[in-house]
Amino acid sequence: MDITILCYLIPALVMFCCGVYGFMTRRNMIAMLISLELMLNAVDLNFVLFNRYLYPGSNEGWFFTLFGIAIAAAETALAIAIIVNLFHASKNIDVRDVAHMKH
Amino acid sequence: MEITLPVIILALPLFMFLLLGLTGMKMSHKAAGWLGCLGMGTVLVLSYITAFTYYFSGSADFIDPATHTRLQYIVFEQTWLQFTPNLAIKLGFLLDPISAMMLIVIPTISFLVHVYSLGYMEGEKGFQRYYAFLSLFTFSMLGLVVATNIFQMYIFWELVGASSFLLIGFFYTLPSAISACKKAFIVTRFADLGFLIGILVLSFYTQQLDFLPMTQNPQGVLASMGGATFMGASVLTWALVLIFTGGMGKSAMLPLHIWLPDAMEGPTPVSALIHAATMVVAGVYLVARLFPLYMLEDAALTFVTVVGAATAFYAAVVACTQIDIKRILAFSTISQIAFMMVSLGVASRHNVAIHEGLGYMASMFHLFTHAMFKALLFLGAGALIHAVHSNNYTAMGGLRKYMPITHWTFLIGCLAIAGIFPFAGFFSKDEILTACFANHWFWGVWMMMVAAMTAFYMFRMYFLVFWWDEPDYAAKVKEAEAHGHHAAMPHDGPLPMSLPLLILAAVSTVAGFISFGEFVTFDGHEYHIHIDLTVASCSMGIAILSICFAGWLYMKKNDKPTRMADSCRWLWTAALHRFYWDEIYLFVTRRIIFDGICKPIAWFDRHIIDGTMDGFAYVTNAASNAIKGLQSGKVQLYLLWYLAGAVLLGAITAICLL
Amino acid sequence: MESLGSQIIYWIIAAVIVVCSVLTVTTRKILRAATYLLFVLFATAAIYFKLDYEFLGTVQIAVYAGGIVVLFVFAILLTTRPGDNSQLLESRKRTIGALGALCAAGLTGWALFSRCADLFTSLPAMSNPTMQTIGQAMLGSGYEQYLLPFEAISVLLLACIIGGVVVARKR
Repeated sequence: MDITILCYLIPALVMFCCGVYGFMTRRNMIAMLISLELMLNAVDLNFVLFNRYLYPGSNEGWFFTLFGIAIAAAETALAIAIIVNLFHASKNIDVRDVAHMKH
Repeated sequence: MEITLPVIILALPLFMFLLLGLTGMKMSHKAAGWLGCLGMGTVLVLSYITAFTYYFSGSADFIDPATHTRLQYIVFEQTWLQFTPNLAIKLGFLLDPISAMMLIVIPTISFLVHVYSLGYMEGEKGFQRYYAFLSLFTFSMLGLVVATNIFQMYIFWELVGASSFLLIGFFYTLPSAISACKKAFIVTRFADLGFLIGILVLSFYTQQLDFLPMTQNPQGVLASMGGATFMGASVLTWALVLIFTGGMGKSAMLPLHIWLPDAMEGPTPVSALIHAATMVVAGVYLVARLFPLYMLEDAALTFVTVVGAATAFYAAVVACTQIDIKRILAFSTISQIAFMMVSLGVASRHNVAIHEGLGYMASMFHLFTHAMFKALLFLGAGALIHAVHSNNYTAMGGLRKYMPITHWTFLIGCLAIAGIFPFAGFFSKDEILTACFANHWFWGVWMMMVAAMTAFYMFRMYFLVFWWDEPDYAAKVKEAEAHGHHAAMPHDGPLPMSLPLLILAAVSTVAGFISFGEFVTFDGHEYHIHIDLTVASCSMGIAILSICFAGWLYMKKNDKPTRMADSCRWLWTAALHRFYWDEIYLFVTRRIIFDGICKPIAWFDRHIIDGTMDGFAYVTNAASNAIKGLQSGKVQLYLLWYLAGAVLLGAITAICLL
Repeated sequence: MESLGSQIIYWIIAAVIVVCSVLTVTTRKILRAATYLLFVLFATAAIYFKLDYEFLGTVQIAVYAGGIVVLFVFAILLTTRPGDNSQLLESRKRTIGALGALCAAGLTGWALFSRCADLFTSLPAMSNPTMQTIGQAMLGSGYEQYLLPFEAISVLLLACIIGGVVVARKR
């Protein structure tokens, strides 16, 4: 069997859709963040795959992923700082409770 | 001439206004009153010095040594706004025969009114405010008369209008005072619209706002008009008639006279100062100031004459029937100002050559004497009102016994206005009548008739107030005391009130002997007044006859006046209602302008324009209400919507690609 | 044609990704979700290795698995009490989520299969990017060189560090 690009894209698609499902259904903010990571990871994977299969020897796709990983790290760090802070404030990190803060 | 004095003359009243206006509430009544009098006294002295310097110093600035012609002299002039190289708005101080004369009249009357008010306004609420406004008025009026250009005049013209508004509405708790001050302001503002348009037309064609080039070289101005015409009349005529419209408003000429009788709602000294002696003659002063231009336009002068003659007659008729003594005086003022207007109007080019601008001189002379005796009459009326607490002659009668000073001074005022020798009014009125006859016999006869009516209504009032039947003053006092009010029999006012009366009475007696033609003439040349014996004896005979007629009717209580009134009831009623001018105005404004024009426009505005805007607002509001749930702050919902959109776009792409 | 070993490895990776992804979003214990995420990330790193991007795979493991997941674990331990289960989901919400995910999957899958002929090519040959290539790409400013994004990321990370400290600091 030839392992074509499709063979990798299918798991990536599944990963992405799981992320979407998780993001929409979860209430715990950390769980939402985890789902977000899943989606990001799936997208990163796509960059690398297309780079590797369609433009081998070129650097653009996988460098994009490289920077994407760095940005994801930064974003997660900040999001977690906020979540921890919220937890200090309300002893809870349920998004429904956080929604009350806007009032 | 040094510029110090003129600057102080203008600056001091303004300073007094600011001082009394800003800090007045911290002062006692007495302090504010004396401070006001002190300030005005200083202005009075300085103005006298300035005016006398102008008339008597014989300096080459003021009088041409070769021709003995009085010159117009600009003491100082500052450019305020420069539009084009030859069109600039300047502020300055002009000395010439008429402005120097006004520099005597205004501070004199103003100072006496200041003093008089110490007694008359004693204990009134807002006493300090009253003095502040008086100072503001004096400042504005002085600025008006010394204006070097027509725009400066316009600025101060509006300022006197504003201070008049403030003073008429001084008793701002009375609804009648409030509506009177609004009426005065709106009517004069309406007239000033014409004035402003006139100024713009004039300055557009002449590229000039200054008085000096206009008055010293009127032919040149006319040349620059280039013979432009509009609707059959020359542009110059239009400009002059429009400017005169402003004067008609200020000087209460028909048909813009309606505000002046109502303006009597203000305190009586204010009526004496503003609505008799100074501000209302601003219209006359304006025409006199631009007289060389008017002289070139017979049409404009004829307009002035006709308006003046009609007003003089109308006001005299109305004055014969009024009950309120202040209103009688108000209509008499209208009539006398109309005399001045007519006098200017008949001094046209054609008989200027013969009479050397007699009408112009007579008009200014009458302005001067009228200011004195009309102020006297108003202050006397104030003393009467002060004594009996009513404006109507029905509450008076037989007062000669109780108020001797007021009685004698008032009598002098009445004799002066009636034109009896040797009082001031005789001389000036005689000159006016002579000028009228010189123009056309019709004007002479007409004005002589008005003069006779003047004597009649003044003495009607005099007899009704001081003779006639005496009401039971003692009973009234008793009744008032029973209600716990302080009351007293009618008596002369305190010294601050009596003193101005005596001074003005003295002036009214002797002012006629001033050889006025020596000081104020149209072209600056000296003019020797010589009394035309025919005219003088005729007018005085008629005046004496009128006085006798008034005495016969009103000396003792009888039913002759009632019977006379009954015999021509409709005329009497119409005159009592001032020939329904106010009703006509109300009809025009309410029925035609409000109901016919404003209401449909208001309806259109409210329902069509506002409706459209409301519709927009409603749709926006409804739309936002409908979709505001989307902005929930729930990230998960956002993702759902995002996903739905993405799926939709994908589906559309897919369908299109298929 | 790939070697059999390669195929076996591929199947293992694919199975791990699919199963662990699903488990990540369906497990009720949050700590387990983080653990399954870790497996997914490892599997992804494995794909990178398999496609000859060793450096990228290393970064993936170091940053994602070593950094982010550890951060998650700490956060979870800080904010949840032991034995906490997340509540059962409302069925309506679950349905909506599943529907959304399936729609997205269906549309994308359809697009993948029907539209992209290129997708069936086999893996082309490529030499591994050397460390020197990577270094020059990071710090050069020419074609296919990324100094500017690199610097931007550095600043972003710095901002994040400061922001994180400020936000989480106890007042």
